[in-house]
Amino acid sequence: MDFMNSVQLADASNNFVYASMVILFLATISFSVSFAAGRRRVSPVEVSSRRVLVEPSGSQVHEPDVALTQLDPGRRAANIGMSLTWLATGMLLIGVVLRGVWAGRVPWGNMYEFSISSALGILVVFLVWSTQRDLRWLGLFVTIPTLLTLGMAVTVLYTESAQLVPALKSYWLVIHVFAAIIGGGAFTVGAATAGLSLISGKGWFKQLPPREKLEGLTHKVIAFSFPIWTFAVVAGAIWAENAWGRYWGWDPKETWAFITWVIFAAYLHARSTAGWKHQKASVIAIVGWVAFLVNYFGVNIFINSLHSYAGM
Amino acid sequence: MSTSLPPMSQRGFLRWLWRQLTSMKTALILLFLLAIVSIPGSYFPQRGTNPILVDQWIADYPTLGPILDSIGLFDVFGSPWYSAVYILLFISLIGCVVPRLGVHWSAMRSQPPPAPKNLSRLGGNSFEVEGESEAVIADARAILKKQHWRTVVGQDPDGSRWVSAEKGYLRETGNLVFHFSLILILVGVAVGGLFGWRGNVIVREGEGFSNTLTQYDAWGGGRLSSAENLPEFSFTLESFNVEFERGNSQEGAPRLFEATMVVDRPGEEGSTTHLVEVNEPLVIDSAKVFLVGHGYAPHLIVRDSKGQVVLDDAVVFLPQDGNFTSTGVIKVPDSDPQLGFRGLFLPTSAITEELGPHSIFPAPDDVSVFLGAWSGNLGLDSGISQSVYTLNVDDMTQLGLESLRVGQSWQLPEGAGSIELTGFERWASFQIASDPGKELALVASILAIAGLSLSLFIQRRRVWVKVGPVIEQGSSSRDKVGRVKVEVAGIAKASGHDAIEQVDNIVETLKGQGA
Repeated sequence: MDFMNSVQLADASNNFVYASMVILFLATISFSVSFAAGRRRVSPVEVSSRRVLVEPSGSQVHEPDVALTQLDPGRRAANIGMSLTWLATGMLLIGVVLRGVWAGRVPWGNMYEFSISSALGILVVFLVWSTQRDLRWLGLFVTIPTLLTLGMAVTVLYTESAQLVPALKSYWLVIHVFAAIIGGGAFTVGAATAGLSLISGKGWFKQLPPREKLEGLTHKVIAFSFPIWTFAVVAGAIWAENAWGRYWGWDPKETWAFITWVIFAAYLHARSTAGWKHQKASVIAIVGWVAFLVNYFGVNIFINSLHSYAGM
Repeated sequence: MSTSLPPMSQRGFLRWLWRQLTSMKTALILLFLLAIVSIPGSYFPQRGTNPILVDQWIADYPTLGPILDSIGLFDVFGSPWYSAVYILLFISLIGCVVPRLGVHWSAMRSQPPPAPKNLSRLGGNSFEVEGESEAVIADARAILKKQHWRTVVGQDPDGSRWVSAEKGYLRETGNLVFHFSLILILVGVAVGGLFGWRGNVIVREGEGFSNTLTQYDAWGGGRLSSAENLPEFSFTLESFNVEFERGNSQEGAPRLFEATMVVDRPGEEGSTTHLVEVNEPLVIDSAKVFLVGHGYAPHLIVRDSKGQVVLDDAVVFLPQDGNFTSTGVIKVPDSDPQLGFRGLFLPTSAITEELGPHSIFPAPDDVSVFLGAWSGNLGLDSGISQSVYTLNVDDMTQLGLESLRVGQSWQLPEGAGSIELTGFERWASFQIASDPGKELALVASILAIAGLSLSLFIQRRRVWVKVGPVIEQGSSSRDKVGRVKVEVAGIAKASGHDAIEQVDNIVETLKGQGA
């Protein structure tokens, strides 16, 4: 690749990341408008209940009139927010892909690249899930952490692209990091629903789905991400065996991946323990996500670890 | 202590203790404990992974260090309190899942329970179809069987017939497989810990190594591993190739390590040449040879006061930072008096007031060594073994300091001799390890993920179809097909899930068949 071409690619990648941030910011504003308007709505926005009740007589109870809800300015703002989120995700995907093309490898070689990929992971998990059920109410609480991640990436963590250190030159990088990004993205969405379940029904948050619903959603998203995280840890162990001569050595990164795993295992157990199913379980889910963050930011930046390869 | 309670028998107490230990709440608390006690292991340097940093830490904090050391904070994962937590957790796990094994075994072979009396309470769907109740029930059962439900039919006292169906037994199977796999992983780790071994050795370019205990710089094995029966092989490090980033971004970061090794194995004629890289270990029988580090060894010639060569060798220096500012020690016991040097090797030299002499790039672009010379007694005869990387200057006097570039030599003061830097070699460090438990741990991990996925994605559901007696028709003709009332309802066992989709599906199919 000649020099000019490479500079253009770099600029293009950065521009797409910036553009996706601007659009995501607009999406956040739209979701905020919707949220502010939703305060006046008395009934909670019903999610997922596509169920049509059938009475014994056979007559159907109709769902609320769709045309009516579309007039609601809050709903319209939320719809705009969703569209903008799709657009921002597309832009970010292009930005990440261009970054990979520029570097000539998977774009997961340093913290900047991992952060923009993680932001993409959060958005993808959210959007894919939103095709299954109405998640417009969750938009605000997903776009904000994503924007923070991207903001940190472009300001603090930005690095020019470079080749990989020898330890990272392995196809396990693709497998291990991809699983970590998807698992982490889902943990983030789960932390958002868990956090909301703790405040649902209070003041402004009356418009959110009821607490039990949010707890159920949290459980679903964590049940999805826990096996993926387990796989990421195991894949990391196989890679470590190949690179360092041992599959598990209690390196700080491994230790925190283990701590994260144990906390989410505790979450799943809490969900089937009397007295722990509700608020306590939600708190555990948030603590698990914090452990995930410590593993990512804390270990890379503050602790001397074999994983501290990443340029900052 | 409550005195009002009747005294508990010893057996009763043990049973109570066992129930407490194997309860879900205890498992939860132990999981939290496990997470918490792991944290210090990530913060403090650990003996198992970084013994040098541990010694450094204790030296830096002479009062706090030994206290933390005595409570095991530098060996968290081998400490009694850490072991206590995970052993209790595993006992709790075994106590919890072994009884469930029996329960699940009989559940797998039993029939679904009869349908509840009132399906409308379960949010049942109700509709009417044409047909006899027996035929409708047979249809319903056929549909359910096609969808792999386990079914049983029956009749209520009021004459309604029902089929009761259940699905999702694999959920509990997966759950049990997952938990037993965790035990297997622990067994794999234990096998590796008992029978495995690991050694480290530094080899200079052109130098050889043969796999016996004495050749290792450091070697550690499990209690049941045998140091005498290491697999027989030897190798020579023919060349070591390394490249560093020279671009603006991440300047100095390593880009390539490559060790070309000539390997000899018993029973094999001739040698084979292998390229060993960071992610490409060399596999020899049960052992694997990993490339884990590299550095420089300045080649020095030392002459004594009479001009006799007393040392002509490349001495291994250990890198101290990412730019390979390296330190090392040269001991010359054969001169009289004995000579000793402490040295700094700089692949790309620079001096600042703040940092003193240091290297600014890891590649050998501008090589120099800084040496401090001592003469006297090296203390090698004291009987206490000495590290080759430290110089004991208790019985020595300092002669002076000098810096040398390749080809330069330094005439030591007081006519003590001379030292010349003739060049440098590279060295590579290898970890050679054998872990007979790792295959078991891997298989168990794969089983664990499979079991986990089953237990999280499969839902245990029950559905019921109930058909009432024929509704009387106005014409009351016997040939005329009657109408029956059908009710379909279902539940999911796990909270947050339902059986709406399954019920809808059955309703649609039944309606379709009736029409």
